[in-house]
Amino acid sequence: MDLVLTPEERAFQEEVRTFLRERLPPDVRERTWTGARMDKEDQVRWEKILHERGWMAPSWPVEHGGTGWTPLERYLFEEEMEAAFAPPPMPFGVNMVGPVIIAFGTEEHKRRFLPRILSSDDWWCQGYSEPGAGSDLAALKTRAVRDGDHYVVNGQKTWTTAAQHADWIFCLVRTSQEARRQEGISFLLIDMHSPGITVRPIRTMDGGEEINDTFFEDVRVPVENLIGEEGKGWTYAKFLLGHERTGIAGVARSKAQIRRIREVARSETSHGRPLAEDPRFRERLAEIEVELMALEYTILRIVSAMNAGTAPGPEASILKIKGTEIQQALTDMLMQAVGYYAHPEYPPPEPGANVAPVGPEHAAGLAARYFNWRKSSIYGGSNEIQRNIIAKMVLGL
Amino acid sequence: MNFSFTDEQRLLRESVEKLVAAEYPFEVRRGLAASEAGFSRELWRKFAELGWLGLGIPEDAGGVGGGPVETAIVMEGLGTGLAVEPYLATVVMGAELLKRSGAARSDRLARLAAGELQVAFAFAERQSRYELANVETRAEPEGGGYRLTGAKSVVFNAPAADVIAVSARTAGGPRDRGGLTVFALDASAHGLEVREYRTMDGLRAGEIELDWVRAGPDDVLGRPGEGLDVVEGAVNSGVVGACAEAAGIMARMHRDTIEYLKHREQFGTALATFQALQHRLVDMYMACELSRSMAYMAAVRLGSPETTEAELRRAVAAAKVQIGRAGRFVGENAIQLHGGMGMTDEMPISHYFKRLILIDRQFGDADHHLREMAGTSP
Ligand SMILES: Cc1cc2nc3c(=O)[nH]c(=O)nc-3n(C[C@H](O)[C@H](O)[C@H](O)COP(=O)(O)OP(=O)(O)OC[C@H]3O[C@@H](n4cnc5c(N)ncnc54)[C@H](O)[C@@H]3O)c2cc1C
Repeated sequence: MDLVLTPEERAFQEEVRTFLRERLPPDVRERTWTGARMDKEDQVRWEKILHERGWMAPSWPVEHGGTGWTPLERYLFEEEMEAAFAPPPMPFGVNMVGPVIIAFGTEEHKRRFLPRILSSDDWWCQGYSEPGAGSDLAALKTRAVRDGDHYVVNGQKTWTTAAQHADWIFCLVRTSQEARRQEGISFLLIDMHSPGITVRPIRTMDGGEEINDTFFEDVRVPVENLIGEEGKGWTYAKFLLGHERTGIAGVARSKAQIRRIREVARSETSHGRPLAEDPRFRERLAEIEVELMALEYTILRIVSAMNAGTAPGPEASILKIKGTEIQQALTDMLMQAVGYYAHPEYPPPEPGANVAPVGPEHAAGLAARYFNWRKSSIYGGSNEIQRNIIAKMVLGL
Repeated sequence: MNFSFTDEQRLLRESVEKLVAAEYPFEVRRGLAASEAGFSRELWRKFAELGWLGLGIPEDAGGVGGGPVETAIVMEGLGTGLAVEPYLATVVMGAELLKRSGAARSDRLARLAAGELQVAFAFAERQSRYELANVETRAEPEGGGYRLTGAKSVVFNAPAADVIAVSARTAGGPRDRGGLTVFALDASAHGLEVREYRTMDGLRAGEIELDWVRAGPDDVLGRPGEGLDVVEGAVNSGVVGACAEAAGIMARMHRDTIEYLKHREQFGTALATFQALQHRLVDMYMACELSRSMAYMAAVRLGSPETTEAELRRAVAAAKVQIGRAGRFVGENAIQLHGGMGMTDEMPISHYFKRLILIDRQFGDADHHLREMAGTSP
């Protein structure tokens, strides 16, 4: 065992740092740092810079525009991105549908979709959840009925993140009724501009509108948009769940958040001294840091095993649970740091409007972020469901 | 010892519950929170008719008597409905402050009890965090009176207030316990500016700027230079009221979560049948019960003449720690167990959650009060 990076690994790290220093637009960095909402244009602008460098989808195979990096290099890359407050690419194309297309799509699918994911010209969203199918995804009811060389899709998806910005949605739909509910589900790519699709925003408690209801009414989808075999969608969805799980822990982002908390705590006062010097505050932060360290070295164990060729197993659920718990604790500390200034509601600043925020500038939006981040233990397989997975798949209960 | 409600208190509780059930469905609350005024003047009049605004005010000053237990009963009930009416600011804290008025005492209290007077208390400042003696706003003697200059932070109910009580320094350094004086300023006083805003939990507050605002000797609440007593008295009342409100909110969130899990089906069964979730609901239930005990313990101590200063300090701090921690536990789990629905603005549960979490930020968070308990505040 050895925790020192090799000279090659260090050189790699330096290369990434240099790139980020030179190419990350300062305004994009600023927004990530303060947690302000990003416009689609900002995100696209940054993704195109990543793409130009060939770093949009590091984990993809080289022939499809990936990097050929080792799992450790990919990990170092993610670390440096987060540390520099560079927003990661939107996950729906690069991390979700992309790998499924690569593994199960036709050559035509690959030619048609992959380059436009890499260049950020197509935005994707994920159409899995439905009002009656959340944790129990196999209960989904959206139907796709074959009609000549089309499927006709009817039903409702919900909680669809970024549907309002998306060009495409990858959906799990029911193509037949089978005795086992996991059968008869198919994986379908649907053009969001198709007639019959309606997107209705859902306002979250922090005032944001990042999620939506997505309705399908007699939406005609060419059969060539089916991924793999009809009725095998569940298998592809599961493949996706097992893919690239080390990033979900968000270790580097949490480290960056700790830096942010320290900075805020330096400008806040408590009993006449900077809050950053307050022993109780420091101890609380240190407690979270210990947990984060434990998580980081657990990931490094997994990454090392991956470097040696072992695929990450269901123990990745540990990363989801612990990672989100830490992230949530940090949003809480950040809110706590500003004391009374957690209270004001900060409407997202109108572009161009030059209104001074209520209270210190660094306090704006921190409570909203805490409220918003409660989502992280709910989505992506809730933390309860992750515990069920560990109990069953790891502990064999 | 008898730690249960009297018949009168039980009647009061029933009347609050009845009003909340009849007049405060969530859609009403949503409308009021979004309205221009931010609360219902009509309901406020009704509160006055029911005698709730006179609770804690002696009968000879136009009130109906009673004390912290009675106002806690009202606060708990209002918490259940997530009411936006400024009962905490005007009645629980405001009456406590205005009792210290000089000549204007009975007039002010009578108007307050009649629903004709709204109060806000401006005690926090940018640098003060939760330290009550940390006051930089200055009141300088001029003629027979004073001139106030400074800024106050996150003053609840400031937009509606007729009277704004302000803590200011008449002597001493910025953190000295002595040398504070509390003034009751007319909200329309020349030089007093309120920058109004909404809070995350649907209430109204303001940032206050004082620019050479004139105050007469009659405007002093309590005694000049001994203002910290006045501040602490009002804040202790505020803490107890907020704890009772939180107890009401928690109970409601817990009840709503049980209902939700009984009806939401996944995997072919109601979520409430999963033992992992049942145990969570049990832990939430315990947190609710323990919090309620602490809220009323603090209310009784606050109202009792037998309570020593040290006992009161401990009671108030302990209750706030319990409420802060339990509130976070109950609130976060209520959201979690609602799944995606819990994240939405549409569901009442998210609004209850926001208020509950922000109550921990009001008057000092759990960490702050834990140190008060342990005697380790710097
Ligand atoms: C902000 C946000 C963004 C999202 N984005 C997307 C998206 O882009 N695309 C998409 O398809 N979906 C998305 N989702 C949906 C998300 O995946 C679901 O919310 C999640 O699967 C939980 O489902 P549910 O909301 O129906 O909760 P439910 O399944 O109703 O669960 C409610 C509660 O019960 C618990 N529970 C359920 N079953 C069990 C069990 N067997 N044992 C113990 N506890 C259990 C859950 O953990 C949860 O706490 C998003 C959700 C949110 C909040």
